[in-house]
Amino acid sequence: MIDNYSDNLESRVGEFTLSEGSRREIEALKKQYPSARSAILPALHVVQAQFGFIPAEPMGELAEILGILRGDVEQVVTFYRMYNQRPVGKFHVKICDSISCYLRGSDELLEHGQNRLGTKLNETTPDGQITLSKIECLAACGAAPCLQVNDEYVYNVQPEQLDEILDSLKSADKNPYFIP
Amino acid sequence: MAQQEQIFPPPPPLLTQKPPFEYQLLKHRAVPGIAKLDVYRANGGYKGLERAVKMQPDEVVNVVKASGLRGRGGAGFPAGMKWSFIPKGPGPKYVTCNTDESEPGTFKDHELIENNPHQLIEGVLITCYAISSENGFIYVRGEFARGIRVLKRAVEEARAAGLVGQNILGSGWNCEVVIHSGAGAYICGEESALLESLEGKRGYPRLRPPFPAVAGLYARPTVINNCETLSNVPHVLREGAEWYSKFGTEKTKGFRVYCLSGHVERPGNYELECGTTFRTLINDLGGGAWKGRNIKAFIPGGSSTPMLAPTDEVMDTPMDFEGIAARGSMQGSAGVVVIDDQTCIVGAVLRLVEFYKEESCGKCTPCREGTQWLVQMLHRLENGESREGDLELITDVGGNIAGKSFCLLGDSAPVPYNSALKLFREEFEYHITHKTCMVGPRAGKQLAGVH
Repeated sequence: MIDNYSDNLESRVGEFTLSEGSRREIEALKKQYPSARSAILPALHVVQAQFGFIPAEPMGELAEILGILRGDVEQVVTFYRMYNQRPVGKFHVKICDSISCYLRGSDELLEHGQNRLGTKLNETTPDGQITLSKIECLAACGAAPCLQVNDEYVYNVQPEQLDEILDSLKSADKNPYFIP
Repeated sequence: MAQQEQIFPPPPPLLTQKPPFEYQLLKHRAVPGIAKLDVYRANGGYKGLERAVKMQPDEVVNVVKASGLRGRGGAGFPAGMKWSFIPKGPGPKYVTCNTDESEPGTFKDHELIENNPHQLIEGVLITCYAISSENGFIYVRGEFARGIRVLKRAVEEARAAGLVGQNILGSGWNCEVVIHSGAGAYICGEESALLESLEGKRGYPRLRPPFPAVAGLYARPTVINNCETLSNVPHVLREGAEWYSKFGTEKTKGFRVYCLSGHVERPGNYELECGTTFRTLINDLGGGAWKGRNIKAFIPGGSSTPMLAPTDEVMDTPMDFEGIAARGSMQGSAGVVVIDDQTCIVGAVLRLVEFYKEESCGKCTPCREGTQWLVQMLHRLENGESREGDLELITDVGGNIAGKSFCLLGDSAPVPYNSALKLFREEFEYHITHKTCMVGPRAGKQLAGVH
């Protein structure tokens, strides 16, 4: 079993059950495919949208809904980068550091962001708001360097804009970079 | 210009009001609101599908064959030919669209799906009809969260208009289009890994044969095409094969989206006729190297293709499959990444190879372990800690990855190093003899022991 209880999550056992809404969404996804197992990737996005990461508990629930083994779920969770196996900040800022962004200053941006937040990569600010990470190519190389705030893009980011982005996220409730 | 602000990712600033090629795939830049069904239809949208459903499926395949349309994902396989491999007969068949765009330097699908979703959906529908399939899946990389929302809305719009679902356009043919989200794995752009992933498993490539046309998704006959390839299909059907094959070169027909990034003045997507020269794209449209510098090298087709030096001969090469192959590289995904003369090539190669290390799925030992070693050795080289003979050692390790793994990721990992070494051997050797970079911001600084 995945050990994601080590971040003091033992005390929160029982807290991670799928909501009615999440279950409904997953049931609807399941119907789209000739084989229910195919729904697992999008279904895990639903789980992550509810909890902000993939806790151990709902993996069993998910397996039951899709009629597969719990291990089938775990092997997927541990393979794909987008699933957070541990809690992250409310806003996960992911700076692309692949070649095109690298050539236009992504390393400087990563350095700058860590200094601004006072945290290292993959650490979360003490208030739980922001986690800064690096990520492989985001396919926005023409607008490099780029980053994502959770799953939303911000393009052509210079250090001074990164300051604005991080400042705006400090007190934000909803993702300001969401475009419908 | 106000309209342009609605396009994501942002297009390059235009030189003039007139685009270099009349927009087809990127029509959203000329027609605001084309993501909406009514605007799309008012601009010729779904005419291709209307035409297709009045033909026999085989005839549709023949039209695409005659157009000369070749796959845009990298290999350049003729699309119509691929469709014709699907066996006739009963039982389900599937169409899968590869929109898992993750190759560094490539960002065309990103713009296509977020701004012109119906074009792709129409392409998927026509492909389904051509192989008598009732299920199309569009596999979109999970990071394109907005693209997925846009596509899902577009499918619902199309369904309400009778273009998806039962008895499409009164033809008696039923077809569903499902937008599937990946979850962050470059390897799922490899077609057999994509199928595994779509079946709800880890994205491990499969051994071939059997090829997807025989046993693909759920072990049934399956067509897999790139997003840009399928976005071309509506144009082929709407205007006809003859019209389409007027564009391009002898063996590479049509138009495509070239992705220009790196050290250029005006990076972005450029839609051009196949066979336009590098000089036109990089210098005339892209404005050449930024900050008044010179171009040191460029990658012509995504990070997996060998680098080229900007000699006159190379710059005047037509960007088609044969032209670029003649220069010792590949058309690939048409992602052109420009590197300026102030860049340490060793640092750039290290970054390129790090990508393959991160993205190796771990199935094959040579790739999983070899990419780790490549990165460690290149890191040592970049930081002035290499020994005599290390260049040969890196070449040797690379040679033990390429051709010894299931899929092309392993073949691609040593490409940046091998091609850069051929062009800039002196710079690599300088790192060993002088323990520092020859060019770039760290040139001349003592690096050993820095990290």
